[in-house]
Amino acid sequence: MISDITIKMARCKGCGICVAFCPKQVLALDELSKVQVVNGEACIACGQCELRCPDYAIFVDKKVSQ
Amino acid sequence: MERSFEKYFRQNRLPHLWCPGCGNGIAMKAIVMAIEKKGLSQDNTVIVSGIGCSSRASGYMDFDTLHTAHGRAIPFATGIKLARPELNVIVITGDGDCTAIGGNLFIHAARRNVDLTVVLFNNSIYGMTGGQASPMTPYGKKATTAPYGAIDRPFDVCQLAIASGATYVARSTAFHVQHLTEMIAGGFDNQGFSFIEAVVQCPTAYGRKNKLPEPADMMKWMRDQAIMKPAWDKLPAEKREEKFPIGLFYSAQYEDYTTAYDEVIQRAGGDQK
Amino acid sequence: MNKARLMQGNEAVAEGAIYAGVRFFAGYPITPSTEIAETMAKLLPQVGGKFVQMEDEIASMGAILGASLAGQKVLDATSGPGFSLKQELIGYAACAEIPAVLVDVQRVGPSTGQPTSPSQGDVMQARWGTHGDHPVIALAPWTVREAFDATVMAVNYAERFRTPVILLMDEIVGHLRERVVLPEPGELPVYARRQPKCTRSEGYQPYTPEEDLVPNVADFGEGYRIHVTGLIHDETGFPSGSPSVTEKSIRRLHEKISRAEDEIIHYDEFFLEDADYAVVTFGGVSRTAYEAVQNARRQGIKVGMVRLMTIWPFADKMIARLAKQVQGILVPELNYGQLVGEIERAAAGQCPVKLLAKYNTEIFTPTEIETAIKNLCAGGRI
Repeated sequence: MISDITIKMARCKGCGICVAFCPKQVLALDELSKVQVVNGEACIACGQCELRCPDYAIFVDKKVSQ
Repeated sequence: MERSFEKYFRQNRLPHLWCPGCGNGIAMKAIVMAIEKKGLSQDNTVIVSGIGCSSRASGYMDFDTLHTAHGRAIPFATGIKLARPELNVIVITGDGDCTAIGGNLFIHAARRNVDLTVVLFNNSIYGMTGGQASPMTPYGKKATTAPYGAIDRPFDVCQLAIASGATYVARSTAFHVQHLTEMIAGGFDNQGFSFIEAVVQCPTAYGRKNKLPEPADMMKWMRDQAIMKPAWDKLPAEKREEKFPIGLFYSAQYEDYTTAYDEVIQRAGGDQK
Repeated sequence: MNKARLMQGNEAVAEGAIYAGVRFFAGYPITPSTEIAETMAKLLPQVGGKFVQMEDEIASMGAILGASLAGQKVLDATSGPGFSLKQELIGYAACAEIPAVLVDVQRVGPSTGQPTSPSQGDVMQARWGTHGDHPVIALAPWTVREAFDATVMAVNYAERFRTPVILLMDEIVGHLRERVVLPEPGELPVYARRQPKCTRSEGYQPYTPEEDLVPNVADFGEGYRIHVTGLIHDETGFPSGSPSVTEKSIRRLHEKISRAEDEIIHYDEFFLEDADYAVVTFGGVSRTAYEAVQNARRQGIKVGMVRLMTIWPFADKMIARLAKQVQGILVPELNYGQLVGEIERAAAGQCPVKLLAKYNTEIFTPTEIETAIKNLCAGGRI
């Protein structure tokens, strides 16, 4: 996993924009319609999800190399 | 993970009241990112809004903020700017607020070239009241007050701003977040009336009525239909159908109203007082 | 000492505004108020202030409220139709507690009516023109010098109570020219803008009221980062849907004015010591009434007169006292009958209250009022 994905659950409204624009299918909505990371290993830290999140609920940071 | 733009929000007011997938949150973030980019101070910047979904933005932003009456944000902003010219005054408005009830006020502030940056969140509908047609609802699209499709021709508000005398006019969308941020930041640089139309999605009141209920689909529509200005200029008329241009449409140097009024004060001898 | 000048009532309003510290005016031309805008356009830049001719009455009202929030003392002037257009934002100013003075130089209505003719038809519009429950202060001068003084007072009240104040002029006083000597600087009190008493970090809340129930709302640009809205809000300034906040907020708006009524309510009394009858008037009509009352006195009729300067809040207590003393009250008004209803209410049946209404574009003659006084004394029709 090359990225840290942080989700502020209290802000997420489950609109699905991040899921739709993720090029690697890293994200999905759970049964309560909140975003969850389902395939973190595939994340390329492109930041498309964070960029368009209308609720400032998801943040992606590239991991600093050890 | 803490983002530097967060400091421009009143954290205790978040999450905001907008519906899931509403584009207003994206446009509001673009404004604060433009503010950060240009280094505008929080104590020296005033956010003024009207009434409607867009205009609730002012309550979330950590500046002096003013949530006015429907359509009236721009004259309030004019009064603030003339009273305290050193303040940066930003107006957040919507398509109904700005081009229907506030239409006259909008064109006259542009005519005077008052040094304001007006960001119009265009969601093509009256969201707060539940989905009535606005002067920017596209022709033929449905609304609760246009159940058989709108027959009113919509405004091209950027053309209206240019014709009225605005000295900086641009458009972008909630899909093109970085571009939108740049367009707004460019407005801050202009000393005069700057106008930026931010096309945003309203999945709840507009999308559901017009076969685009998913916010992401509305944003994909923006991605596919918006054409950057240079490419648009080269696009033959038959290929422009359904598409719309984004980018900087107009910029000009013209004396802003506060500067012009300082000269009036000089002529009247008031600068000696 | 200032020299005597021949001056119009409307010009005196503009001079009074400058004296009171008004440095921003936004307006839209409308007869018979336009001279106020014209005089402000000339005077304001001479003192470093600003005048803007806006695109309509709504825009002008918005602009003065914006300028007020940014720390300026502000004025706007209009007449009936423009007054109607401004009502929404008068309510905004009442709710958001923004100091502002609006001059209404009344003319004959309804609608475009008789634009150049005098009237007192906006008495109730001044009180109830905007929607919802809200307080208001309205002052009606009767001389050119008082137009000056009442403007200073109106600006002071707007600032002190953080509320919109209406200067209820009529065309008679607005266009009247009289010899006046204006006061020297310092001669009349001028109320400075209220300031916050603590900083943002000390927990400042813009709508926490002081002991007088008025909040010290910070001006924009002072680092307080406040939120101002026309939605019902709590002490933080942010909207609240709570029934208790709503009730408390609307009650405080009223009580900050009603508590100070004895100070705000001004009137003149003439020949009341031995009066059996009284004429109650306001504005330009008072000039005619005064002449008529003097004429009646010369004929041995024991009639007195009350000239109301403050129309709102209404002088209930004084009228109740008066109604107890006299056997009848005459109310001459240049309208179909507006203030008379308030006087009847306050008199509460203690004596008959008779209306002398005129709404044909002409002002009263002293004889008309004198005849009505005699009819009142005879217990007949007015």
